[in-house]
Amino acid sequence: MAENQFFIDSEKLSEKALLRKHQLEQDPSCRSDHMAYMEGMEQIDSTIRDRVISEMSSYDYNVYTEADVRRALAGERCTVEDFKALLSPAALPYLEQMAQKAKLETSRHFGNTVYIFTPLYIANYCENYCIYCGFNCYNDIRRKKLNAEEIEKEMRVIAESGIEEILLLTGESRAMSDVQYIGGACKLAAKYFKNVGLEIYPVNTDEYRYLHECGADYVTVFQETYDSDKYETLHLMGHKRVFPYRFDAQERALRGGMRGVGFSALLGLADFRKDALASALHVYYLQRKYPHAEYSLSCPRLRPIINNDKINPLDVHEKELCQVLCAYRIFMPFVGITVSSREQRHFRDGIIKIAATKVSAGVSTGIGDHESKYKGEMNVEIGDEQFEISDDRSFDEMYRDVQEEGLQPVLNDYVYV
Amino acid sequence: MMKDTFKLGGKEFSSRFILGSGKYSLELIKAAVENAGAEIITLAVRRTNTKDTENILDYIPDYVTLLPNTSGARTAQEAVRIARMARELGCGNFVKIEIMKDSKYLLPDNVETVKATQILADEGFVVLPYMYPDLYTARELQEAGAVAVMPLASPIGSNKGLATREFIQILIDEIDLPIIVDAGIGKPSQACEAMEMGAAAIMSNTAIATARDIPAMAGAFKDAIIAGRKAYLAGLGRVLERGAEASDPLTGFLRD
Repeated sequence: MAENQFFIDSEKLSEKALLRKHQLEQDPSCRSDHMAYMEGMEQIDSTIRDRVISEMSSYDYNVYTEADVRRALAGERCTVEDFKALLSPAALPYLEQMAQKAKLETSRHFGNTVYIFTPLYIANYCENYCIYCGFNCYNDIRRKKLNAEEIEKEMRVIAESGIEEILLLTGESRAMSDVQYIGGACKLAAKYFKNVGLEIYPVNTDEYRYLHECGADYVTVFQETYDSDKYETLHLMGHKRVFPYRFDAQERALRGGMRGVGFSALLGLADFRKDALASALHVYYLQRKYPHAEYSLSCPRLRPIINNDKINPLDVHEKELCQVLCAYRIFMPFVGITVSSREQRHFRDGIIKIAATKVSAGVSTGIGDHESKYKGEMNVEIGDEQFEISDDRSFDEMYRDVQEEGLQPVLNDYVYV
Repeated sequence: MMKDTFKLGGKEFSSRFILGSGKYSLELIKAAVENAGAEIITLAVRRTNTKDTENILDYIPDYVTLLPNTSGARTAQEAVRIARMARELGCGNFVKIEIMKDSKYLLPDNVETVKATQILADEGFVVLPYMYPDLYTARELQEAGAVAVMPLASPIGSNKGLATREFIQILIDEIDLPIIVDAGIGKPSQACEAMEMGAAAIMSNTAIATARDIPAMAGAFKDAIIAGRKAYLAGLGRVLERGAEASDPLTGFLRD
């Protein structure tokens, strides 16, 4: 299988840092045990990880035939076995039929609605070395953390555009963006928006509870890949390296009182069919345990980052991505599906008619640049972006385009109780 | 002929079609009012909690009664909070209680629903609880002060029709409140059947919202509901379901 070339050495790194970086990259024995919890990390009693990983490990997608796919498409309910068939290469020739079935399920559960939201990055400091990410601590980018005043300014600009749902993001640094800081941002967000979601580093149950009390109600954590051996080779340093702590994040969030949780693998890092299976089963098993909660799936593919424009999603082309999304929809009709601005306009316009229920608009993955982006006023200092986006439509454009596709844009379907 | 109407919370309604709220658009509301003759429209408080609301409310004529629902509530306490919010938003004192603790099937929690009905009825709300068709629960809801009972026909959004037919019939026969069949009605013929059984009204959303021609489907529902109601009043149910009355009595031979 082809691989991305992730390693980039910045000229600004000291000799000592460079040495450490190379050692981490080349010598697995100098890396920490990625299955061992670090100090302060809460360990919960749960069997979900074992179930998901064992199902994924035993999944051989090459055994499924076209007959399995046809059976899955003809059935009224989609079993785990059917889902495995729909994710297999045997299903690719049936993509149009899958899309037809997915569309029907989407309209049954969501009508013709499409939710629009925007992400707001408030800090891009990071303590991890995740080799594919633009925020990684060895990547030479402009770092920035917005203070409360700056956060509020950005929020005001975004709220004025009409957006009612916001997703707050940080780099993964407890030192630079601690839970109190994020809680403060949630309180501000609750003033300007109807719905506040978080995409931050995983925290403990009591910290999720605190953030919930500050106004956040949805937590998204991307596992990146469910293949723990592969995970180990991609997350070389920092707390993100701890695979099981990350895996249990959504469950801790639900125990902390959050209403909904989001999941995803970053497609292109490992075997995408296995990762898609694991992502969906992660939702499936948690839903059985916490049936009251709301669930959503995303489907990000690898994107180029600052200082490395060669990174790409390998064998996950648009066709494969569409297959994964249709399979998700048919398997779990009730789950929200988000398609971010990592994908191009034509793909997003097409997929909202089939399976996706939520899209972002007016997106910036940089820090503190909404004012310049929305109003054309150049800000003095901004932080660099996490990855390059592919669809830079503003909120107004997206709203209009969704309507023109014959769909109903929805800004909010949520009440904090 | 006497006007055939039914009453909820002191208001009189002649249309027996109620628009549900799950998937709504301006087009759907317009069709429900103009083509289906709806006099009651449900609004999810969670959806009205948006700047777009004014737009949607503009399409709803004054004579239409708003029925805010508590969708998003997972407990009685949350439903109560959402209902109070609706009243503060100026949506009137009608409320449809929806309490779901399952995001997959969105089935109502009957126990929590009874609790919320009690609290809200005591606070002067006109309470219409959405419920799983269970006789004991229906009696408790009546006791708690509900003005109608809204049993589900099949899982919401499933368009599967009267999967709970027998149990809804029991509620119609035993409960002295209007029985409004809610959720799962997929086509006009199913709405017609529920009306033939003696339901007071039908609530529908998905079946119309997902039709190719929304106004035409709204009209079809209107006609089907009227037909079913007429059949019920004409006594069709007795003929088909409970045995015909023979013109020559079987007991005619008895002499003293």
